[in-house]
Amino acid sequence: MVLILSPFASSSPDGLEKVAQAKGFSHKGEQWSLWHYAPMRDYAIPWIKNEMVSTAFSGMIGILAIFLLILGFGQLVRKRSKT
Amino acid sequence: MHIPDGFLTHSINAATFIISAGACAYGVKRVNRSFGEREVPLMGVTAAFVFAAQMLNFPVAGGTSGHFLGAVFSSVLLGPWAGLIIMTLVLAVQCLGFADGGLSAIGSNIFNMGIVGALGGYGIFFAISTLLPKGRKSFFFALAVSSWLSIVLGATAAAVELAISETSPFLVTFPAMVGIHAIIGVGEAIITTAAISLILKTRPDLVVSVSPGYRRKLTQEGILHENPI
Repeated sequence: MVLILSPFASSSPDGLEKVAQAKGFSHKGEQWSLWHYAPMRDYAIPWIKNEMVSTAFSGMIGILAIFLLILGFGQLVRKRSKT
Repeated sequence: MHIPDGFLTHSINAATFIISAGACAYGVKRVNRSFGEREVPLMGVTAAFVFAAQMLNFPVAGGTSGHFLGAVFSSVLLGPWAGLIIMTLVLAVQCLGFADGGLSAIGSNIFNMGIVGALGGYGIFFAISTLLPKGRKSFFFALAVSSWLSIVLGATAAAVELAISETSPFLVTFPAMVGIHAIIGVGEAIITTAAISLILKTRPDLVVSVSPGYRRKLTQEGILHENPI
């Protein structure tokens, strides 16, 4: 789904971004950030130049990451309930 | 609707973080108690689906886009606490992996989309489907309305947080946020009902929604059929 559809995803600003731009506080979101180590900032893989491929791949990685994390969570949960 | 760093004051972010952490801790306990080997991979697939679907922005009015949230979808499928955990995990991965949403604002994002969205949305779904006469139409009506409300109320919560943080006055932000998100909410309602409808038709056994009383109710109403296998 992500592989095929993400190239067509709208690049317009989303609801909150648009309101922030319209009402004049969007600059506040660009001044500082707490977390500097996001590997795939803005859903792009830095070294893949083709934007569509970059987005699609970052999505695939995210999907895999989430699935594995939930399974990991499941392991923790099972260990606890064994006691 | 992913709030970046800098929009909200640290006090608001701290307050929502504490509430969200508490709710998640309780949620983990509840899920721990009732989920087993079958439900965990299902949680994984649902979370992955929600993440993927959130990437697909669709144009709404005038140069704005929206995306699917999936809070009510997850909650109706797996129960409100699993829904909360799924939303939290998706938000965490989005924040840390993709810089989508500020880390300092993660409590607020979880509050708006997990607590208001998943828990609140599920509560609304449950209330409506209890109050209406049993049946297929009521089920989907409850689903549509609670999906729509999960978006609109989440956006409202964001507007309140922005107002308390003095980033933007409530009377300025609230109409703008609710206006756009009322439209996005329609998309959410459509996608949620379509997705759940499809799952009920093809794999009704996947509608785990853990409490046995709820499953009994759905079976009685002829919406959920016990899988013959």
